[in-house]
Amino acid sequence: MTLLLAIAIGVLAGTGVWLMLRARSFELIVGLTLLSNAVNLFIFAMGRLRVGAEPIIDATRAPTLANYTDPLPQALVLTAIVIGFAMTALLLVIALRARMETGSDHVDGQEPR
Amino acid sequence: MSWPHWIVLPIIAPLLGASVVLLLERRHPRVAAVLALAIASGLVVLAGGLAVSAADGVVRPYLLGNWAVPFGISLALDRLSAMMLVLTAIVGLVGILYACGGDARRGAHFHALMLFQLAGLNGAFLTADLFNLFVFFEVLLIASYGLLLHGAGAARLRASLHYVAFNLAGSALFLIAVSLLYGLTGTLSMADLAQRIAEFPAQDATLLRAAALLLLVVFAVKAALLPLYFWLPETYSSASAPAAAVFAIMTKVGVYAIARTTTLAFGADAPGPVAGAADPWLVALALATLALGATGAVAARQLRVLIAYLVVASAGTLITAVALGTHGTLAAGLFYLINSTLAAAAMFLLADRIARMRGAACDAIQPAGINAQPARIGMLFFVLALALGGMPPFAGFLGKSWLMREAFETPSAVWVWAVVLPTSLAIVVALARAGSTMFWSVPREPALAQSNPVQQAPQSTDAAPGARPNQQPALQRDGNGGPSLAIGILAVLLTATTLAAGTLGRYADATAAQLLKRQPYIDALRAAQPVPARFDPRREMREHPMREHRNAPSTPGADTERSSR
Repeated sequence: MTLLLAIAIGVLAGTGVWLMLRARSFELIVGLTLLSNAVNLFIFAMGRLRVGAEPIIDATRAPTLANYTDPLPQALVLTAIVIGFAMTALLLVIALRARMETGSDHVDGQEPR
Repeated sequence: MSWPHWIVLPIIAPLLGASVVLLLERRHPRVAAVLALAIASGLVVLAGGLAVSAADGVVRPYLLGNWAVPFGISLALDRLSAMMLVLTAIVGLVGILYACGGDARRGAHFHALMLFQLAGLNGAFLTADLFNLFVFFEVLLIASYGLLLHGAGAARLRASLHYVAFNLAGSALFLIAVSLLYGLTGTLSMADLAQRIAEFPAQDATLLRAAALLLLVVFAVKAALLPLYFWLPETYSSASAPAAAVFAIMTKVGVYAIARTTTLAFGADAPGPVAGAADPWLVALALATLALGATGAVAARQLRVLIAYLVVASAGTLITAVALGTHGTLAAGLFYLINSTLAAAAMFLLADRIARMRGAACDAIQPAGINAQPARIGMLFFVLALALGGMPPFAGFLGKSWLMREAFETPSAVWVWAVVLPTSLAIVVALARAGSTMFWSVPREPALAQSNPVQQAPQSTDAAPGARPNQQPALQRDGNGGPSLAIGILAVLLTATTLAAGTLGRYADATAAQLLKRQPYIDALRAAQPVPARFDPRREMREHPMREHRNAPSTPGADTERSSR
């Protein structure tokens, strides 16, 4: 599972970076979204991968990470998702405005010569 | 200062104020502006009070959620934070004051965005938690996106797209670095992190070093260090004047974060396996930044681009001071920071004034007449150029010479001297050329700017997109004194920092001493105890655990239930 997740994160991040470097505002936004998804998965993985464990301490089991999943990365991911979502929305608006004002989808507002 | 909640007030007050301003601004724009001004003035007083109380050298922790340090988010007030708070408050007040002269009405929500920006800046300076630093970075960035777009135009939109995309990529890196640090050390609190990094096993240090350097890259994005500063001139020169003035302190957030993390955890003096991870690179990059900033200033064709490059150059100087890392260079750098921030903010505001008075020529560095008050504006430009260029008698000069004297004792002394001296000359030449061209050269057709501004204005896309073609009535309409007062305040403050250089120098010296002594900071935070509450829900839960939880069917059912929520 670790390998699978690592490959998924790598593919997402790689695709995201490649799209970001394409200098088209639409692809830039898709790239940033993919990159932020990769980052979110990465944060999640930093809390160690545990299946079927819960983050709520109960009295019957010893309070170590062997018995529970780490709740903090989950909270961090939530924050990161919210912020990333808002940023993507804002960037979409800016890109649309720029497209309307300059008539070009290129991030510099004009087609490369 | 016995009330413990003063520390959190610089974050909460502008946040609440911004919300109220949002509610009021459509129906009562004047009330909203007055409220924004009142909050900004209050912040100046509050930050001043905090700086006075922090001057005793005690680190004051503040537990936000009333959880002890490794578990909850905490704020901490020390000399450096207090100093940055004062600077932020002053620049914020001046920006709002300037915007009251007409800039605020060019688009929606100016005052609210400015207050959100101040809340984000204050939070970034106060927080003692790495993830919280990320959150406050985002708060100030979101507000800065709005401020940058204020009074939109094609040039501003293009700059915003670059700026937002670049900073989003930076945020992604920040998150990777922070979560990597959490994965390795299991903590996000800066104090706890410093402690654990000091005790980190050396054989696993490679990942930790990667995380530390990644963090440095992120801060370098904010501080405009060499390979990552290309967004800055474009962004700052296309922002509206009050926004650009506040942006002058945004590069300092990066410098602050670098100073904080290097002294606390990653610097050459910090114990642990990652000490000095960035050492061979940081000084060289900072000096190269300084050199390129000065080169850009000489090559600039517009006054605002010139000032933006000077911001880059000052960031280079500051990071040099931080990267050299001795007590003396750090103190000199902090002293220089005060002056360079105020001078850059003042110059951005003045550049806007100049641009408005020159009609079609706007802020291009070429001969064109000035419509009104050439003597007064010219004198102001001269004074501010002296302050910004680091010429005597101003404090910028004192800061630079102090830095050079202190750098003499470090191994990189030759390089520092070899870069700082020529770049200072280049900056003075650039400013002198700009000033003499704009104020003294007589245009070939003197009547051009005044008689025929409408045909000329639309050509220059990089000129202020919101600049009204008809300048003279605009000046009269803006004549409520706000802009003049704002520039006046900064000019007076620049003079005051020069006159009070001894006091400020001692404060900077004590700040550097406090920064380099990491243990009191760590101890103060780790020793902070939550306030005993009258009703503690956590203890209630511990002592009377809910029955259904204990008897809940084990994992799979609980899992699906949680995910479906």
